[in-house]
Amino acid sequence: MNNPQLNKDGELQHLLTTEGLPVRIMRDILDRAASFLDVAEGREIKKVPLLHGKSVFNVFFENSTRTRTTFEIAAKRLSADVVNLNIGSSSTSKGETLLDTVDNLCAMHADMFVVRHSQSGAAHLIARHVAPEIHVINAGDGRHAHPTQALLDMFTIRHYKKEFHNLRVAIVGDVLHSRVARSQIHALTTLGVPEVRVIAPKTLLPTMVENLGVQVYHDMAKGLKDVDVVLMLRLQNERMQGALLPSGQEYFKNYGLTEEKLAYAKADAIVMHPGPMNRGIEIDSRVADGLQSVILSQVTFGIAVRMAVMSTLAGNGK
Amino acid sequence: MNIHIKNGRLIDPRNNIDAKLDIFISNKLIAAIGQAPDGFVAAQVIDATGLIVSPGLIDLAARLREPGYEYMATLESEMDAAVAGGITSLACPPDTDPPLDEPGLVEMLKHRARNLHQAHLYPVAALTTALKGQELTEMSELVEAGCVAFSQADAPLTDTRVLFRAMQYAATFGFSVWLRPQDSFLARDGVAHDGEVATRCGLPAIPVCAETIALATMLTLARETGVKLHICRLSSAAGVEMVRTARQQGLAVTCDVTINHVHLSEMDIGFFDPNCRLTPPLRSLRDRAALRAGLLDGTIDAICSNHAPVDEDAKQLPFAEAESGATGLELLLPLVLKWAEQEKLSLADALAKATLRPAQILGLDAGHLSIGAAADVCVFDPEIYWKVEPAALKSQGKNTPFTGMEVQGKVRYTLVDGKVVYQG
Repeated sequence: MNNPQLNKDGELQHLLTTEGLPVRIMRDILDRAASFLDVAEGREIKKVPLLHGKSVFNVFFENSTRTRTTFEIAAKRLSADVVNLNIGSSSTSKGETLLDTVDNLCAMHADMFVVRHSQSGAAHLIARHVAPEIHVINAGDGRHAHPTQALLDMFTIRHYKKEFHNLRVAIVGDVLHSRVARSQIHALTTLGVPEVRVIAPKTLLPTMVENLGVQVYHDMAKGLKDVDVVLMLRLQNERMQGALLPSGQEYFKNYGLTEEKLAYAKADAIVMHPGPMNRGIEIDSRVADGLQSVILSQVTFGIAVRMAVMSTLAGNGK
Repeated sequence: MNIHIKNGRLIDPRNNIDAKLDIFISNKLIAAIGQAPDGFVAAQVIDATGLIVSPGLIDLAARLREPGYEYMATLESEMDAAVAGGITSLACPPDTDPPLDEPGLVEMLKHRARNLHQAHLYPVAALTTALKGQELTEMSELVEAGCVAFSQADAPLTDTRVLFRAMQYAATFGFSVWLRPQDSFLARDGVAHDGEVATRCGLPAIPVCAETIALATMLTLARETGVKLHICRLSSAAGVEMVRTARQQGLAVTCDVTINHVHLSEMDIGFFDPNCRLTPPLRSLRDRAALRAGLLDGTIDAICSNHAPVDEDAKQLPFAEAESGATGLELLLPLVLKWAEQEKLSLADALAKATLRPAQILGLDAGHLSIGAAADVCVFDPEIYWKVEPAALKSQGKNTPFTGMEVQGKVRYTLVDGKVVYQG
């Protein structure tokens, strides 16, 4: 099976998932993001002309102000023309199929699509469909993947921890429904993190999750013991309706990250969250705003990482 | 019209024949094997040198999409596809729109099929009105109209008391009930096997226990009511084991598997291939191995195409939104042959799973080439390899997980009631 995100020379054609993404490409993106960080901070000129004359279409079939905004900023700092489309479910309810929408946007001469969709595999479908000179970035598809989030998380980890090969990382929460968790797991294992843990009740873990290369814990005290990095996941409110959990309070009691629970981790452990946070559900405010939290750095780094991804793809054009 | 099929290798699983024998057809029936009957003058001679002459295939599950879903396929297109695939009899499930729950609908379908003069069509009627799982259909009337069995197709029947009574009522008259085991609560929103691939791809999953729980209910009620139960589309190792045990305990239950599940597994979903969006879901490699073992030891009686033509637009969607189903009528024979070769099975044993055994499940005197039997015959070349190309398929459904694969065996002639209805 061909990896659909690499071109015939093994270069990145689309960014769809961190699964099977070669470590060489992953490290290149992180290095490139580091160079852009200087652009974002410090230097006077915030713009570089790498995507000058290119059109980036942010096509969001599922609403997300934050992710869309960071992509928009990233594209603009690369001097691209940016078009934002919040399609929601309106277009499909009018009878237009996903690929019809994409064809229409292609006819407007898009060079790059940033796509978010509620269905797993939507980005792959679009990538298979578009002309070979068009690049697709998956900004989140269903429960499947959110590769730029995972890459910015890796960037953040490397920023604070320098290396990957000596780390113990715990992912806490709703792994079952989380595209972020899947992409984090593939990225962490690819970059050589020797121990990746997931901590959740059985109702929030997918079948055979251990086959992704993680160790499974159901208890925060054991799961957080001596970890270097704690990656928290967002818990959607609707999980209470599906008989997956009894209540937010009980979830917080067992799995919410408090200072007491964080004390099981290493003293210099960092705490991350992809946002938006549910304070008092998955994370206590004292941790979210505490000294070990690097959650706001993630947001800043997210722009640099997305610039790195976009410019890498643009450089690999036909 | 008298037809003489000469020089072919005749394979008839029921009569244990696998030999080079001529076959003589007269007045819709098989008149003689080997030697021509006295005074036989052939109006047509078919030279079957190098070809295999077998009973026409009998498919237990082929959706023709009429009435109601003509945009997906029509009776004409799919009956063409059936005979091109060497299929001479097929059973169609009741999940049309409206569902086959009234004698008038069944009569119309039978009438239209008869006028096409192709394969025999055996409608399976709805077990409950509108497939809603609440009220019984008029079973006796439906059987008089030409139905061969009663089924819920893929519609849920969650009320076990209704299921119990439906089986009791069917058992009263000796009617067969065909059911696909799936607990609708456990399967809710699921689109893939609850295993490694669904976990990796983030697809809503259907656990194996959705099959085994429903199966336990069905087997228990079949024991209780004595109904003739046929289990449709078994998909899991645990399911095969339950049917095996039930049969060992003396329950006269039969079951089938789709040709897709004989060859494919969840791994074939790869990067969200919508052609592998099937019902039931493709399960693990271990499940596939158990299904194959079940076929070999006779736990699973028959292989069906589970033909479900889908319009192309309905497949050009993210995996979970894509319509379930694949075209299969023209691939059943090649894929049975491929299975036989992989398992080093005799052609007679392999073909029995798609001829004689399904005929027995349907209660038909068909699927064999005995003297005096209806001359439903498939003549095929087992040595021709061909690549599956959607555009070349006669079925209006073009989607199949086997697209681009090389398969083996090409139908040369299909005869129904002693008449050549397809020549390729």
